Amino acid sequence: MTAAPVLNPLELTGIQELTFAKALTLALHDAMAADPAVVVFGEDVGTLGGVFRVTEGLTATFGSERCFDTPLAESGIVGMATGMAINGIRPVVEMQFDAFAYPAFEQIVSHVAKMGNRTRGHVRLPLVIRIPYGGGIGGVEHHCDSSEGYYAHTPGLTVLTPSNVQDAYVLLSDAIASPDPVVFMEPKKLYFSKATVDLDALRARYASSGERGGARTVPSSIGQAAIVREGSDATLIAYGPSVAPALAAAATAAEEGRSLQVVDVRSLVPFDDETISAAVRSTGRVVVIAEASGFASMASEIAARVQERCFHSLAAPVLRVTGFDVPYPAPKLEKYYLPGVDRILDAVDRLQWGQS
Amino acid sequence: MTNHPEFLEHPGNAALLAGHQGEYLLPSATAVQFISAEGTAITTDKYKECYVFPAPEILLEGYGELVLGRRINEQASALVRQGRMAVYPSSYGQEACQVAAFMTLHRSDWLFATYRDTVAVMGRGVKPMEAFESLRGDWHSGFDPHQYNAALPTTPLATQLLHAVGVAHAAKLRGEDTVVLALCGDGATSEGDFHEALNFAAVFHIPVVFLVQNNQYAISVPLIHQSVAPSLAHKAIGYGMPGERVDGNDLAALLAVLGSAVERARNGGGPALVEAHTYRMESHTNADDATRYRSAEEVAQWVPKDPLVRLKKYLVHAGVLGSADAERFAVAAEALAKTLRDGLNERTEADPQDMFRFVYSEPTPQLREQSRMLAAELAAAGVAQTSVDGDLP
Repeated sequence: MTAAPVLNPLELTGIQELTFAKALTLALHDAMAADPAVVVFGEDVGTLGGVFRVTEGLTATFGSERCFDTPLAESGIVGMATGMAINGIRPVVEMQFDAFAYPAFEQIVSHVAKMGNRTRGHVRLPLVIRIPYGGGIGGVEHHCDSSEGYYAHTPGLTVLTPSNVQDAYVLLSDAIASPDPVVFMEPKKLYFSKATVDLDALRARYASSGERGGARTVPSSIGQAAIVREGSDATLIAYGPSVAPALAAAATAAEEGRSLQVVDVRSLVPFDDETISAAVRSTGRVVVIAEASGFASMASEIAARVQERCFHSLAAPVLRVTGFDVPYPAPKLEKYYLPGVDRILDAVDRLQWGQS
Repeated sequence: MTNHPEFLEHPGNAALLAGHQGEYLLPSATAVQFISAEGTAITTDKYKECYVFPAPEILLEGYGELVLGRRINEQASALVRQGRMAVYPSSYGQEACQVAAFMTLHRSDWLFATYRDTVAVMGRGVKPMEAFESLRGDWHSGFDPHQYNAALPTTPLATQLLHAVGVAHAAKLRGEDTVVLALCGDGATSEGDFHEALNFAAVFHIPVVFLVQNNQYAISVPLIHQSVAPSLAHKAIGYGMPGERVDGNDLAALLAVLGSAVERARNGGGPALVEAHTYRMESHTNADDATRYRSAEEVAQWVPKDPLVRLKKYLVHAGVLGSADAERFAVAAEALAKTLRDGLNERTEADPQDMFRFVYSEPTPQLREQSRMLAAELAAAGVAQTSVDGDLP
């Protein structure tokens, strides 16, 4: 077995083809280089570089005090991160898989989310909890949950999820710079997707190291949705792992003469009502797409907000294409569970085209 | 038995280990006691070996703090009965643990407390009405933790122990000599976070001292239903840190044992677990009725072990506590009680807009919208408002 060549972030500049995972590594590296208070820890993140290799090379570059393995205890990881953030450190912790973050749920909901509020803003917790989530990788049980709804439902948490390589860098950099705690949801089926990005341009967003750490203001990408495909007939609203099937559906629909706009939510909390409402008003028809079970979900919230704000612009009911209300299925069944192009286009067909 | 490399590097620890299989981590055969319930000094050679009997002036200062702590507990419980506060978890009978907790810390150290530790929190310098603001119901807290290096008392059991570990870990990364003292009760030792906190503290070899106030009850459930370990202090060996048990109603023994653990942590010796044997003399809170689960006879057995009575007997007999000091302590306690009465009798209004102000560093657009909605509701109802949306950051 030969080891993969270790990425040397310092040598990477200009136009580069990167995987989603390496864009995350670069964001961690650049934040750690800019601010000695940024510290990375979790299970297997040190010597191994994480089970998805996102922290690869960080211990070698920054030492075992800045990137280190912890005992196998998620509540311990988030609880210790909370204390470190109280005392001037900016921890970025890794939960190994979505369902393995649940032991930390009490720390996240009762302390991380509430600390700023209960201390009247005296104690802010600038920490990031990275969680690989979602399916599509043929994973065994407890490795494919879409758990974003639990965090989005909890006031006090910022919840971000990138859908592409460039956003992996931008959103993680901004999450680390945020003065508030961020739950950073990484679609694990995208880890090894590739794209070409201009690293110099991405890094130039941060003119000074002060913008990377210790910022008192919320970075610009937080609370910002993006129109990732223009279109005029209907709007597909998606995030994280569901943006790719939404874009594929729009491409197919274009061949059939239908122009679909695609919105990437990016920031689940705070939610960008302004961009998303404007997009919906421009087309009048909406399908919301998410992998998570639909009942009481992020997709439900998006559909409700759109309906409340854009009712008079709508030509059809807001439809949702989501996972079924079942536990995430075994690998041989996930193709039936995941929202795919056909199910999205079927929903688009049901947007009452004949009636207006 | 393998030991943490940093533990072995610590001067003295290698010698301690010679010829042992970890027994050095075990607590004393019985709880360390320096002053008996009758107020007489116990100075066995065994304790002299490990711990230093506190100086008379320290014990006199400590007695004054016990008097203050007792008065806080009595006054707060009275104010609950009078309807001035919804609830007060009293540390009546546990004042020696409360006082030892803050007396052994430096200003730059940190204290992590539970809801029953108001006396200890006030010992960090937190002003009376800052400590009682959450109990008055104005907000979930009343002070800035960074002003006093005292965390807000926490109600979800054992969760604060991990925060204590994190604060100490951050201090260690920066090379500061901060020690963190983390308090919990006997019930909290059953929680998973207790285990994770002790294990993290030991593995990362960081300066945290865990003080378990074993007051024998977790609301109604006696210790025997929480743990059948030989003692709670015995749990320490499982993590590779020393454990000690101490008479929790004996301030002299507490100051010696806790002080030793704190200084050992400060000098790079790593974490320690101290179990203090005490008793919750009152119900869990005023909403609880302890007569449903324990007998008056059992409670009566603990009355003669009272921490104030025994230290007073000892100090008077030793000629350290005279009537002038006793009078001085009593006057200070009455002044503090009056401050509490005045503060809790004061009618205060909470600003509804504060609900939106602190959730995030900058209120989200959604919170601004909800803030405006509430302001409009209140305006329509003719309610005077101290602030509206325009004041949000």
